[in-house]
Amino acid sequence: MLSEREFLLRLAQVDPAELTPEELDRKNLFNRSTLNKPLVMVNSSTSGMVAGAGATMETIRQYVSERNIEIDLAETGSIGLSSEEPVVSVQLPGRTRIFFRRVTADKVNGILDDLFHQVVPGQLLIGQLRKKGQEPWADIPFLDEIPFFSLQKRIVMGACGIIDPFSLGEYIANGGYGAFLRTIRSFTFSEVCELVTESGLRGRSGGGFPTGEKWKAAFRTPSDQKYLVCNAEESDPGAFMDRNLMEGNPFQLLEGISIAAYAIGSNRAYIYIRSEYTDAIRRINHAIKELREMGLLGDNILDSGYNLQISLRKGPGAFVCGEETALIASLEGRRGMPASKPPYPASSGYLGRPTVVNNVETLSNLPAIVREGPAWYRGIGAEGCPGTKIFSVSGRVNMAGLVEVPMGTTFDTIVNDILGGAKKGRTLKALHVGGPTGCMLPVDLMDVPVTYEALKEEGLIMGSGGVLVMDDRTCVVNTVSYFMDYVDKQSCGKCIPCREGTRRMAEILGGITRKPDDDEGHTTLERFKGVMQLESLAEVMKDTSLCGLGQNAPNPLISTLKYFRNEYEEHIFNRKCPSNSCTELRSWYIDVDMCTGCSVCAKRCPSEAIIGTARHPYFIVQEKCIRCGICFEVCKFSAVYYK
Amino acid sequence: MDKQTTRIQEILRRFPQIKRNALIPLLQAMQDEFGYISEEAVAHIGDHLSLPTSKVYGLATFYNQFSFSPRGLYHVVLCNGSSCHMAGSGELLNEITKILEVFDGQTTRDGMFSLEVQSCIGACGQSPVMAINGRYFSGIGVKEVREILKQYREDAE
Repeated sequence: MLSEREFLLRLAQVDPAELTPEELDRKNLFNRSTLNKPLVMVNSSTSGMVAGAGATMETIRQYVSERNIEIDLAETGSIGLSSEEPVVSVQLPGRTRIFFRRVTADKVNGILDDLFHQVVPGQLLIGQLRKKGQEPWADIPFLDEIPFFSLQKRIVMGACGIIDPFSLGEYIANGGYGAFLRTIRSFTFSEVCELVTESGLRGRSGGGFPTGEKWKAAFRTPSDQKYLVCNAEESDPGAFMDRNLMEGNPFQLLEGISIAAYAIGSNRAYIYIRSEYTDAIRRINHAIKELREMGLLGDNILDSGYNLQISLRKGPGAFVCGEETALIASLEGRRGMPASKPPYPASSGYLGRPTVVNNVETLSNLPAIVREGPAWYRGIGAEGCPGTKIFSVSGRVNMAGLVEVPMGTTFDTIVNDILGGAKKGRTLKALHVGGPTGCMLPVDLMDVPVTYEALKEEGLIMGSGGVLVMDDRTCVVNTVSYFMDYVDKQSCGKCIPCREGTRRMAEILGGITRKPDDDEGHTTLERFKGVMQLESLAEVMKDTSLCGLGQNAPNPLISTLKYFRNEYEEHIFNRKCPSNSCTELRSWYIDVDMCTGCSVCAKRCPSEAIIGTARHPYFIVQEKCIRCGICFEVCKFSAVYYK
Repeated sequence: MDKQTTRIQEILRRFPQIKRNALIPLLQAMQDEFGYISEEAVAHIGDHLSLPTSKVYGLATFYNQFSFSPRGLYHVVLCNGSSCHMAGSGELLNEITKILEVFDGQTTRDGMFSLEVQSCIGACGQSPVMAINGRYFSGIGVKEVREILKQYREDAE
């Protein structure tokens, strides 16, 4: 019988049809199609841990040890339902796996009690996973029948939340690493470049540059050393698809990196990862170690003559390092400041050598492309823009999470059909697409298909794919002001239009959303002047900034001035926030029926704006009120309200 | 040589190659070891890599990860990503600053609490999110923050 290592390497290299029945049985044990004992999987990725997956796991351990039940408790990544965490799945031998949502520690006993008595608890249920050879549970919906999953096409994220990210055996038994071994055995460097060019894969980090073309440029530049850098510096607030891919399926990313490194003829690859992603770092480090032991990384990989080293570099945190030249500067130990292009990194990058920078999602696509072929990949998605894109949707949406859809799907499908639209009783107002330098689009433009070209036509950008949903309670101006503050802090300071422009814009927007709230005097004049200059300032920044950060920084402003001008006017002329989000513009009142006349608010009011007699309702003098909200905080009878 | 200097020297020995691209990993190792970058560490790193101290300090201040004051007993991390901002992390920040009397990157005088505002910790489904010494609190409001901080203070005393 083959040793575990030999068997897994054989699995990765042979056609599944050639396996003997004994080998098939062994494979099924690895990919958990057949089980010896019940399997419980807990999503222990960041989103799960924040929701309390740690306590859930502890309780499960306690449950089985008290009852002397032998189970296999494994960690996994997130299936994408971020607001429904912790997600726990249970698979009994011979049966299909069932997924549950919001399984906090106190829910564990109830669910496990029922399941070990062969009953599926109705509450907290998501559905069961369809798999051949396993007996399905009666009257339980399959995952692929639920709108959240059925409308998605999961190529990259397919295994996240289902496989164990710490098990190389499980990854290989699910078809992993075949693509890489085929690449190094039967393709030349340029053939891989050609294959990826033919597939039409485009960079998922925002620009949509054809990946194959980038590789070819690096491949053609003669050099003693070439580098491949995986950009995992996902510092867009609101974007977490890369983190999820690294936590849920690190081997897929590493296989993608290996293929890309081979294609450009490089034997040195770096993963530049955000230092805050401690869990992703832990998982990737573990994966690299396993691959080394298996002989799939290192010198002379499986006697092919190809060497590859992958190392992890922790990024010290700067939004601008998402730009490739800034990222390279940071790798070299300098300040992360973008350089002017050309020369492009593909000809002169890290340490002056040809360097290709690809992001996590792009690289994670590669194993599937090599496995299934470029024609298959081109068949998915839209014309000229094949494949899928992951969107991380958060904010005022019914379910927040990660959605992978074919290119060309509309935002309407993503937000309304897949994620259930606005929260209960609210109406959608706008979507902010593409992170802090993205654009805002009103609901009536939600039927625009997501391809790089279609979005550009509407004046939008794809960015990394972060979507922030806003409903009638969110203030557009306040959100833009928040983004501008963020970009101002993150501007590297190299070129003046961005450094000064973002600061001035943040100031002007701050003036609109903050105190003083009167419409007279010097500050009012400044406010008017500022707003009149915003548009021309935006134009200058767009034209003269060096990198994407400065060029795109005015995007939120330009798009909102176009679609939500009335909200700006309301803020400026009437000094009112239509959705009451700008706290400093709220007007406070005391409810006559609720007030007991305890006088606490009057005593605490710093501007003596509250008058009245004890045991009778008090009153706020609007002219004196400085909108601090202290009365609201101290009132024990909830009599103070704003409008 | 005092204890801190020995520890700094030990870390420096782990980075034998004197190259510029060792600078960030070196600073990160210092931050991991001490929780912050001390003046002494900056000077030693400069000597080790033959770089002026000003360059080392200039680089360290450019990035968000490095802090220059010792961490408190309880390290409070507040997420201020777009989703958390929408869910009211700004109000939480005001509350925390009011209770602890510290701003982002500072430590209370008694050394009990330090505050760090992160741009996004990537748990946008559970906003707003706060973490104290790695323990997460999600979907919280101003009232909960007040209670949590009070609880921690009591525990320490």
